Amino acid sequence: MGELVVETHDLTKKYGDLVAVDKLNLSIRQGEVFGILGPNGSGKTTTILMLLGLTEPTSGSVRVLGLDPARQPLSVKARVGYMPDEVGFYDELSARVNLIYIAKLNSLPRAEAHRRIEEALTRMGLHDVADQPVRTFSRGMRRRLGVAEVLLKRPQLVILDEPTQGLDPEGAREFLNIIRSLKQDGITVLLSSHLLHQVQAVCDRVGLFHRGRMVLEGSVPELAQKVLAGAYHVWLQVEGPEETIREALRQLPGAQDVTREDHNRYRVVASEDLRAEAARAVVQAGGHLLSLGVETPSLDDIYARYFEEVHHGTAT
Amino acid sequence: MAQQPEQPRERVRGREGSPWSGLWAVVAKEMADHLTGMRMRILEILIVLTAVGTVYAATQNLRETVGQDPFILLRLFTTSREPLPAFVGFLGFLVPLIAIALAFDSVNGEFSRRTMSRILAQPIYRDALLLGKFLAGIFTLALVLATIWLLIIGSGMIGLGVPPSGEEVARSLWFLLATIFYGGIWLSVAMLFSIIFRQPATAALASIATWLFFTVFWGILAGVLAPILQPVRYGFPEEILAQAQLELTLTRFSPNTLYTEVMLALLQPTVRSVGLVLPIQLHGAVLGTPLPLSQSVLLVWPQLTGLIAATILLFALGYVLFQRQEIRA
Ligand SMILES: Nc1ncnc2c1ncn2[C@@H]1O[C@H](COP(=O)(O)OP(=O)(O)O)[C@@H](O)[C@H]1O
Ligand SMILES: [Mg+2]
Repeated sequence: MGELVVETHDLTKKYGDLVAVDKLNLSIRQGEVFGILGPNGSGKTTTILMLLGLTEPTSGSVRVLGLDPARQPLSVKARVGYMPDEVGFYDELSARVNLIYIAKLNSLPRAEAHRRIEEALTRMGLHDVADQPVRTFSRGMRRRLGVAEVLLKRPQLVILDEPTQGLDPEGAREFLNIIRSLKQDGITVLLSSHLLHQVQAVCDRVGLFHRGRMVLEGSVPELAQKVLAGAYHVWLQVEGPEETIREALRQLPGAQDVTREDHNRYRVVASEDLRAEAARAVVQAGGHLLSLGVETPSLDDIYARYFEEVHHGTAT
Repeated sequence: MAQQPEQPRERVRGREGSPWSGLWAVVAKEMADHLTGMRMRILEILIVLTAVGTVYAATQNLRETVGQDPFILLRLFTTSREPLPAFVGFLGFLVPLIAIALAFDSVNGEFSRRTMSRILAQPIYRDALLLGKFLAGIFTLALVLATIWLLIIGSGMIGLGVPPSGEEVARSLWFLLATIFYGGIWLSVAMLFSIIFRQPATAALASIATWLFFTVFWGILAGVLAPILQPVRYGFPEEILAQAQLELTLTRFSPNTLYTEVMLALLQPTVRSVGLVLPIQLHGAVLGTPLPLSQSVLLVWPQLTGLIAATILLFALGYVLFQRQEIRA
């Protein structure tokens, strides 16, 4: 278990009567990619702003890289890269000039700033357009420029608010690769999104937010285990006697539920990936295995199911 | 990690580091924006045209008096020829216009461009951003006005064929300084509105409305208010005097009045009083003899400090509001 990069304790933010963030206890370890996921208005941005010391918490405590953002804002902001949602730049200035300004605000020495700017622009694939005004940039390019800016600090923690919002699928995928490359550099990443399926692939752990509370937290398989009572759905197409096959599948260690969906299509809900075992069992039971596959549950499923349950739970 | 029992959130105001780190980066960036922007280009053309026009007209008028008037170059600023007002008359509204144009979108513009949260996520305090923007405005204003000043002195020397005396240069430099401070007031007014209003157009309108109020309506209002607050009941001279004094005090709440008085005293050395002049005050004074510069400056010292104090006050108000502002657009 790595060092804690972000740690909050009962962190709360109220706007009048509205509780935007409610007693949040969050810990993020070094090198992790953590996703704050939840619908619009669930308190993601507010949480991020408190981590950066840009909004003052109503109560509770925050530690970022071991520092208190309210008391040591400069140290925190020198080490943490932040890309706001819908990141904006000075449109009439070029990408490079925009970055130079940020480098100056970070008091980087001139030569070092120059080196880092070239490096960041190249890495984000913006080197050829570096001297064009940002006005001409697409949304995807602006996001990459946002990351280039964040990289200037050589940050230990990068916070990205809704980094894939408004990007086309290709652009979003590209951006997820950028996030993976940050992780490979050993940078801890905190990202937020209201599109759960888009980011579940890159997050080591996620926290699901709902009305200011973090209602679920863990890795995607863990959450699936918790909420869907089984992380893996193995499906098989088998020809053969139904009862024997059903029974064989039910006997599998780890199988929780077996259902027959079509005339020869079965579904096994299991706590792990049982494809190999299921195939063997079916064949041994005398069935003809035509095809099989596994569905890992999506966060959308988990989220939908969780709130279904909460709803029923409170209703009855 | 052992959690210390959290103390109730007392504001620990021992802030880390310098509040001014990043200040000069902001000043440099903002100044570059001002000096390359289209907005300034238009205003520069406007002010140069005004200067050239009025100074040319003044030169025509002053030709005859060259040699008799020791302060002929100062007259360049104040001499008018129908139908044009004198250059200082133009300055009275050009300077506020430039100042407002420089600052009306300084803060809300960062919000509407969605750059504010990105900039404040850098290791700087809000103090540096706000003061940096203000200083950049003042420096730009100073640069423009100093250029105009040189232009006027230079063309006066050519047009009238007289070199400036040290006294004239000193007086006009003081005048330049006062003009910059006068601009400072409008700069901080516009900046204040750019903090209060999220729409730059609203902020511009509010600034211009404020300027109009003080230029046009405040004088009228002072004339209405003074008799109400200090009525003349019995017609004693003391009463009349008190009322006039009150009216004068009231008009001095307008930066325009302060600036006009400063301008008068600095550019017309023979002016020995900028308020009400009682016969007793003129006793023993040889009318028409110019005051030395130090006396003229002393005469309008309260007005000068008033201009500066108002600037600081308005800036401080904006500062407080900006510190409390949510950074989300
Ligand atoms: N400055 C503010 N004043 C009042 N309410 C606010 C303010 N900022 C955010 N909120 C409210 O706080 C809640 C959480 O907002 P936010 O953190 O932006 O959610 P998210 O980023 O998850 O979409 C929302 O209900 C929002 O309306
Ligand atoms: Mg948000």
